[in-house]
Amino acid sequence: MADSRDFQLRIITPDRIFYEGSVEMVEFNTTEGEIGILPGHIPMTVIVKPGILYIHEEEGEKEAALHAGFAEILPESVTILAEIIEWPNEIDEERAEAARHRAEERLRSKTPETDIARAETALQRAMARIQVLK
Amino acid sequence: MASMRDIKRRRSSIQGTQQITKAMKLVSTVKLQRAKAGAERSRAYFNCMYETVGNILSKVGSVEHKFLVPGESTKKAVIVITSNRGLAGGYNSNVTKLITRHESWNKDDILVYAIGNKGRETLRRAGYHIQEELPEVIDEPAYMDALLLTNRLLEAFAKGEIGEIYLAYTAFKNTVSHEPKLMRLLPVDREIEQEDVSSGQKVIMNFEPEDEEALDLIIPKYITSLIYGALMEAVASENGARMQAMDNATSNAEEMINDLALKYNRARQGSITQELTEIIAGAEALG
Repeated sequence: MADSRDFQLRIITPDRIFYEGSVEMVEFNTTEGEIGILPGHIPMTVIVKPGILYIHEEEGEKEAALHAGFAEILPESVTILAEIIEWPNEIDEERAEAARHRAEERLRSKTPETDIARAETALQRAMARIQVLK
Repeated sequence: MASMRDIKRRRSSIQGTQQITKAMKLVSTVKLQRAKAGAERSRAYFNCMYETVGNILSKVGSVEHKFLVPGESTKKAVIVITSNRGLAGGYNSNVTKLITRHESWNKDDILVYAIGNKGRETLRRAGYHIQEELPEVIDEPAYMDALLLTNRLLEAFAKGEIGEIYLAYTAFKNTVSHEPKLMRLLPVDREIEQEDVSSGQKVIMNFEPEDEEALDLIIPKYITSLIYGALMEAVASENGARMQAMDNATSNAEEMINDLALKYNRARQGSITQELTEIIAGAEALG
């Protein structure tokens, strides 16, 4: 498999297998920053941060909003255990917009009780949803 | 001997019951199929999660992580998954027995997180403290429910309100066999995990962020997936148990109906014989 340009990608959610197939590259956002994975990567487990997931297949590119979970990377396969993930057509744009406004409002009107980390995650989630739609 | 009319009434009442149990059996068969498919779908996620957690634990070795050692509090949180409805044979009582018959547990140390009404009622009557009741979750378990419950539990764990977390549910093996199970969620059992993994693939896994931080993030997800998996299995087990119970009830009703049919025929025969005897005796007396 050393010279192969593809690897196996599996995305599993608690209630379905979201994606399964052979891909050239996959990109997503992790706690350590955005990463792109090509075949032959060293074994690694990373934690997902809300963002857009790009799947580069031979025929083209696919996008999805990936919100939480973690990924297990092996040289010949990648398994993403996604707690929450959506295809663009599953996203409700109005709801995402509303969530973004709410999160921004909460961050702006900082009070001691505001859970900043939570508001930020919510904002990231909403942004990821909106970006995938565009 | 009971009169013919009594027997007839009894028999038609049992026939009515039998129709109900038959219908309930059919309903739970359909529900079982759906729940079984759901449980199987969630299993892929769970297996993968289990592998990863085992991997991470075998790597961190003897680290004294907060999720790997019991909290200081002696309180134990127990998530009890039962159904909202009865008529499922021993399904609900088998789960509650895990708690009421547990030898080393002190009643005052248990905080019950009751999912499903039946378990809550039984445990409340037995004098347990019900910390939370979530009857609606079992109707249609969603991953979100498991996630929110995990967050609340971990918060209580972090605050030192609880020292250990347990999960009592019914594991679904196949349609006819379900097993009530009590498992410890926190602290995570590290030996068992390692054993399972060492037989599997041997890849040295790197973690980003570092091991301990990764534990912080992955263990909550692991617990959530355990709870979610337990919910899905419990729903499948509930319907399986109800299907069996209703199947038994239907065949018991059949037996009773046959028995009553025999009695009815005997009574009819008896009354005909008696009438004949009376007529003959009357005719003889006249002649």
